[in-house]
Amino acid sequence: MAPAVPRSGDAIFANVERVNAELFTLTYGAIVRQLLTDLEEVEEVNKQLDQMGYNIGIRLIDEFLAKSNVTRCVNFRETAEVIAKVGFKMFLGVTASVTNWDQEGTCCSLILEDNPLVDFVELPDTCQGLYYCNILSGVVRGALEMVSMKTEITWIRDMLRGDDAFELQVKLLKQVPEEYPYKDDE
Amino acid sequence: MIGVGKIKQYTNVLDKPLSKGRQEVSLSGFAYLFSELVQYNQTQVDNIGDLERRLEDAGYAVGVRVLELLCHREKGNRRETRLLGILSFVHSTVWKVLFGKVADSLEKGTEHEDEYMISEKELLVNRFISVPKDMGSFNCGAFVAGIVRGVLDNAGFPAVVTAHFVPVDGQQRPRTTILIKFAEEVLRREARLG
Repeated sequence: MAPAVPRSGDAIFANVERVNAELFTLTYGAIVRQLLTDLEEVEEVNKQLDQMGYNIGIRLIDEFLAKSNVTRCVNFRETAEVIAKVGFKMFLGVTASVTNWDQEGTCCSLILEDNPLVDFVELPDTCQGLYYCNILSGVVRGALEMVSMKTEITWIRDMLRGDDAFELQVKLLKQVPEEYPYKDDE
Repeated sequence: MIGVGKIKQYTNVLDKPLSKGRQEVSLSGFAYLFSELVQYNQTQVDNIGDLERRLEDAGYAVGVRVLELLCHREKGNRRETRLLGILSFVHSTVWKVLFGKVADSLEKGTEHEDEYMISEKELLVNRFISVPKDMGSFNCGAFVAGIVRGVLDNAGFPAVVTAHFVPVDGQQRPRTTILIKFAEEVLRREARLG
C-alpha cells in the first residue's frame, strides 16, 4: 500500500464540516465570562482555561493525526511547522507562522495574526492579568504531550493587551520515550 | 480581585470594521469547546436543573450579542415589533447564521395561545453529545434555548424558553424542540396591535 501523502491544512479544512466562527467566538466568550464570575481571581481563570485546553488537546490530537495523515515528525522544527500550518488551519481556519528559533531548536514562537477567539473582545481594566486565549496554550500542550513531548507554553504577545499579534512561545522540555505497556518476559 | 474599573482604549474594538460573518472554524473545534463548557458546568452543580440553568445562562449571553450583531448587519438596524416577525427572525436568520441552515420547523402550540415551538431534527450542539440514562431528560439544547431567550428578551419579547427531546417514530435519535412560552405582556401587546 502506498504511504498516504500528508494533506495541506487548506485541503483538510475544506473537507471537514465547518460552523460559523461567530458562534465559536461567542461560545468561548460565554465560557470565559462564566469562569470569571465563578472563580473571580484572574490567575485561577488562566489556570482553568489552560486545564480545559489540555483536556481538549489530548482528544484533539487523535482527530488531527487521523485526518491529516502527517508522517512522524523528525524533529521539533517540523513539529512546530505542522502545528502552525496544518493544526491551526484545520481547527481554527487560520494559519500561524513559526519564528524565533533558538540555537538548539527546542524553543520557538507561533505567531497568530488572526484569531477567531478574540473577535469583538476587549479586556477591561480589572482583568488585565487575564490571558484570554489561554485555552490555546493548553490545547497545544495537551496535544504534544500525547505524542511524547513535554512542553512549556507561554504567551509573549497578546493583542488584547495592546500588542500587534498573538505570540505563543513553545519550549520543548523533554521527549518522553513511549512506554511499552507489556513486560517482555510475560 | 475583580473590581470596578473603566475600559482602557488600546485599539478601540468599536473602531474595527465589522466582519461579514463568513469566517468559519471546524465543527470539531466547536464541539470540543462545547463539551468543555458542559464538563466544567457539571463540576459546579449538583443536579440537572442547575446544569440546564447554567447552560441556558451561557446561551443567553450569546443570544444578546447575536441579536445586536444581526440586527445591525442583516436587517439594517430595523427592529421587529410583531410576534411573528421576531419568531421568523429567530427561525430563519439567527438559525442560518449560527447553524448554517434554517430551523426545521416553526409551529404554534395547540394547547396554549402563548406557546410556539421550533423543531430541529438534530441540534448542532447535540451532535456529539450522548446523555447517560441516569441524567434523565437532560438536554444540552438548553444552551440553544438560552440563545433564543437572549434574542427574544432583548428584542422586547420576554419569554420562557426550554429545550425538549421529542421521540420520533422510525428515528433512532429523538428530535429536539425548543419550546417558547411568551409572557403575558407580549400577548396583550400583540392583541392591541391587531
